[in-house]
Amino acid sequence: MSAVTQGQAAPRSSIFNDPKFRSTAIQVLLVLAIGWFAWRIVHNTQINLHNRNISSGFQFLWSTAGFGVNQALISYSETSSYGRALLVGLLNTLLVAGVGILFATLLGFTLGIMRLSRNWLVAKVAEIYVEIVRNIPLLLQIFVWYATVLKPLPAPARAPQIGLPWPGGGFIIMAAVLGGGAWLLRGLYQRTQSVVMRVVATLLLFFAAWTAIGVVREFGLSTINFVPLGIFLSNRGIMFPRPIFGESMWIELAALVVGIVLALGVARWARRRQEQTGQQFPTLWVSLGLILGLPLIVFLTAGAGATFEFPELKGFNFRGGMTLIPEFLALVIALSTYTASFIAEIVRAGIQAVSHGQTEAAHALGVRPGVTLRLVVIPQAMRVIIPPLASQYLNLTKNSSLAVAIGYPDLVAMGGTVLNQTGQAIEIIAIWMVVYLSLSLMTSAFMNWFNSRMRLVER
Amino acid sequence: MKRELLSVAIGAAASLLVASSAVAGTLDDVKKKGFLQCGVSQGLIGFSVADEQNNWTGLDVDFCRAIASAIFNDPKAVKFTPLSAKERFTALQSGEIDVLSRNTTWTMSRDTSLGLKFAGVMYYDGQGFMVNPAALKQKTGVDVKSAADLNGASVCTQTGTTTELNLADFFRSKNMTYEVVAFEKNEEVLKAYQEGRCDAYTTDQSGLYAEKLKLPDPAAHVVLPEIISKEPLGPLVRQGDDAWFNIVKWTYFALLNAEELGVTQANVEEQKSSTNPEVKRLLGGEGDFGKGVGLENDWVVRIVKGTGNYGEIFERNVGETSNLKIARGKNALWNKGGLQYAPPVR
Repeated sequence: MSAVTQGQAAPRSSIFNDPKFRSTAIQVLLVLAIGWFAWRIVHNTQINLHNRNISSGFQFLWSTAGFGVNQALISYSETSSYGRALLVGLLNTLLVAGVGILFATLLGFTLGIMRLSRNWLVAKVAEIYVEIVRNIPLLLQIFVWYATVLKPLPAPARAPQIGLPWPGGGFIIMAAVLGGGAWLLRGLYQRTQSVVMRVVATLLLFFAAWTAIGVVREFGLSTINFVPLGIFLSNRGIMFPRPIFGESMWIELAALVVGIVLALGVARWARRRQEQTGQQFPTLWVSLGLILGLPLIVFLTAGAGATFEFPELKGFNFRGGMTLIPEFLALVIALSTYTASFIAEIVRAGIQAVSHGQTEAAHALGVRPGVTLRLVVIPQAMRVIIPPLASQYLNLTKNSSLAVAIGYPDLVAMGGTVLNQTGQAIEIIAIWMVVYLSLSLMTSAFMNWFNSRMRLVER
Repeated sequence: MKRELLSVAIGAAASLLVASSAVAGTLDDVKKKGFLQCGVSQGLIGFSVADEQNNWTGLDVDFCRAIASAIFNDPKAVKFTPLSAKERFTALQSGEIDVLSRNTTWTMSRDTSLGLKFAGVMYYDGQGFMVNPAALKQKTGVDVKSAADLNGASVCTQTGTTTELNLADFFRSKNMTYEVVAFEKNEEVLKAYQEGRCDAYTTDQSGLYAEKLKLPDPAAHVVLPEIISKEPLGPLVRQGDDAWFNIVKWTYFALLNAEELGVTQANVEEQKSSTNPEVKRLLGGEGDFGKGVGLENDWVVRIVKGTGNYGEIFERNVGETSNLKIARGKNALWNKGGLQYAPPVR
């Protein structure tokens, strides 16, 4: 004990006065204390559970669940295990969180930019939306959306089929009149400042449209033909055809992959060329052509790779096809509209954090407002936006556990059922915690990576 | 093993608390507190339901009042904890409540692997279905007369119950398809059923009669005749406190014996001077049966004064004089063609 080397500088001073030793010793003691405490807790719980004849451990995950579920992304039946039931719940959580995050981001960015619009009405609409939606408790909104999704939808027997509207001849005439008129009007507005001229021209356009509508109605050209898509809307959800992949499907998939790879290559090449020569290249259109076109060519030559199983009304409900249950729709709408209101504020703050000089500089260079926003402001704003955005994504994922209130079979709902059938509360709660913790950690790891990519590169 | 340790660690704080509260006997704890803490449902007409003033009534509630009467000679010495189906067992395991009287089905796994014990069957029930036949006929053209006509139907139910399992078993054994929509709370189930999310509502038949009353047009809804499961509903206590288990179990038996011997809330005082030896033993006139269970010798007098006998409790809450109008059926005494049977006080 006293044999610890003290160094030569202070041979007589006590070892306890050595700051290095002291800090190490304190830390070691602390770790030991925490370890002992943790061990006591674990040990005590084990003994208590055992003494109380409460079964513990994770063996139950392999026994038969015996209950059904109305939305499973993997094959699941009553004879599947509890573990699989929980996996079904986890995938449902991931699905609702993923789709929710996508829509929340799109809506949130739109609203955030709207709030900064110079158009008073647009800015106010966004502001009112944000103030109302973010101040009402989420659970309440979920209930409201569930009721509003469910109420107006008809029973399966009266479910309307969604079709693609195919305008009759009359609509093409009308579109031509209106479009042409609007184009002429625009030209006129640009040329003249005279209010009288403008009013007269606008009235003329209305008159032309009126006449066109009359003509179309007179000759019975106003039919819209619907091409049925096999999609049905009812209070049992949205039913749509299930694709069944055939033999030539893999060729189409390969074509799609090739298309994507080629598009990426083109984008890279176009960027390098622009950097070197300043010439722009219509990357978007070429990429779209490659990604959509290649599979289309294969489709036309090799025939359809997939056939569809259409939902059919039989008795109480539709059979066959795929279903998006109303609980899913309500939950996605509620989660994404709610989170969007927060994202809108984050986006607004991010954009306002970018010095106004940047915008002015861009405008001074003759860059158009849309392009300024896209290429100058947003990339800089992203640095401010991403970290709080990540925490909104985490919130949305965690909020999805409110699903149980409206009967969506997410991880918490499924876990709750398993908990009740097995009575193993500690294990189920541990699984919940581990899953939500790892989802959060993975989301934040991804957002950190994304953040480091978007970081300001200083030269 | 690592996962096991983790799980165990998480529950640790709770179980440390359990450890301390379970050391003393539950009876002593209850006496010290001055009231019984009773776990009930979040609102099921006839079984446990609270009015605006937070006065609880119902069959399950009256059972707790009977225990309180036996201990304190005061049916009001009870505090109620409304619990969801999911929370109920944990609440009892952790010592938050002293007895769980919440229309809970007695099953083997619940009796053996939860560290809990069922003390009796307050109500013999079975799972059934409720539909609105006229609306279904109009909407789908299916004429639903029995549960066998429900092939392909969507069924609403409460999550965390044996109901989901019975439902799955029933449709599987009949080779029929179904869609289950499970909600956490009864109100949500009823709302979804009302709004047409489901074709049928399933739970214990007593529950169906109770929920039916909450619908705007109760007469339009029909409880189908089939019973697809055995649902013996009864009170539970923690394992390991046999004295307390005896009190709860014998309170239940006392209610049955009182009915069998004709001891009612109205005539209990007269019956004290009865010459019938069985009545004498039950009411403490002979022997020390009350002391044996850890209470006073007039414990049954207190119970019957507080809540009436089993028959009175039944009639008041779910029977013909209540809104539910459920016949005694299997819940009649054994000597009247039912299943309710109590060992003798001897």
